[in-house]
Amino acid sequence: MPRRRRLRRVVAPPGFKGYKPYGCQNRGNNKIELLYEEYEAIKLTDYDLLNHNQACVLMGVSRPTFARIYESARRKIASALVETKEIVTVYGNAYLEKHWFVCSSCHARFTIPKTMQEHQCPLCKSGNIKSVSKM
Amino acid sequence: MITIITSIGNSLDSAFDLRFGRARFFCVYNESTKDIQFIENLYKNTNGSIGANAVEKMIELGAKKIISGDFGPRAKELLGKVDIQLVILPNENKTIQDIINMIKY
Repeated sequence: MPRRRRLRRVVAPPGFKGYKPYGCQNRGNNKIELLYEEYEAIKLTDYDLLNHNQACVLMGVSRPTFARIYESARRKIASALVETKEIVTVYGNAYLEKHWFVCSSCHARFTIPKTMQEHQCPLCKSGNIKSVSKM
Repeated sequence: MITIITSIGNSLDSAFDLRFGRARFFCVYNESTKDIQFIENLYKNTNGSIGANAVEKMIELGAKKIISGDFGPRAKELLGKVDIQLVILPNENKTIQDIINMIKY
């Protein structure tokens, strides 16, 4: 069984649903799906000009993982530009800040502030938690 | 790390209070020294900005985690800004002692 994927923390979701090329001929209906965490990685490194070490702490993943997310984001955007594809944003493996979680064993609901490293239930310490979108 | 649990009375056998701003007592539990204290909520009967007053009190006490039954919209927003972890427990008639036992282990 592969190791479970940590949820990536996203401070703010992208302010758009997608980008479409215009003025191009024989446009297929191909789309590239840019994940929220990939958008966040691009934003942190190339817009906020953080280095990977600072950015990975903000997103709650390790530095190598951050580098992988960032690389995949760059490649997706590059291929969208070159192949004149549409970019759409999808949720991916992310959770938004001020997001609530629910523990599957004791049913407690809780938040995880950004200063906290552990990703587990604060009461029963089980790692069996799910994210709930809105509260 | 300091954890606050909202409580109806000022002893370990009292039930935990489902309200945050209008809770009668705050149980202050220090996880490193295992020290337990009860503090009366002075704002419980005031009108208006109870949430904000309670949040101020929490920051003063240095809380990192708050366990309650629910939080008002104002308290939620303010506590989210100061990076305090909020925990909402379902109502299962737990006493303060039960909750402290849960976070101990």
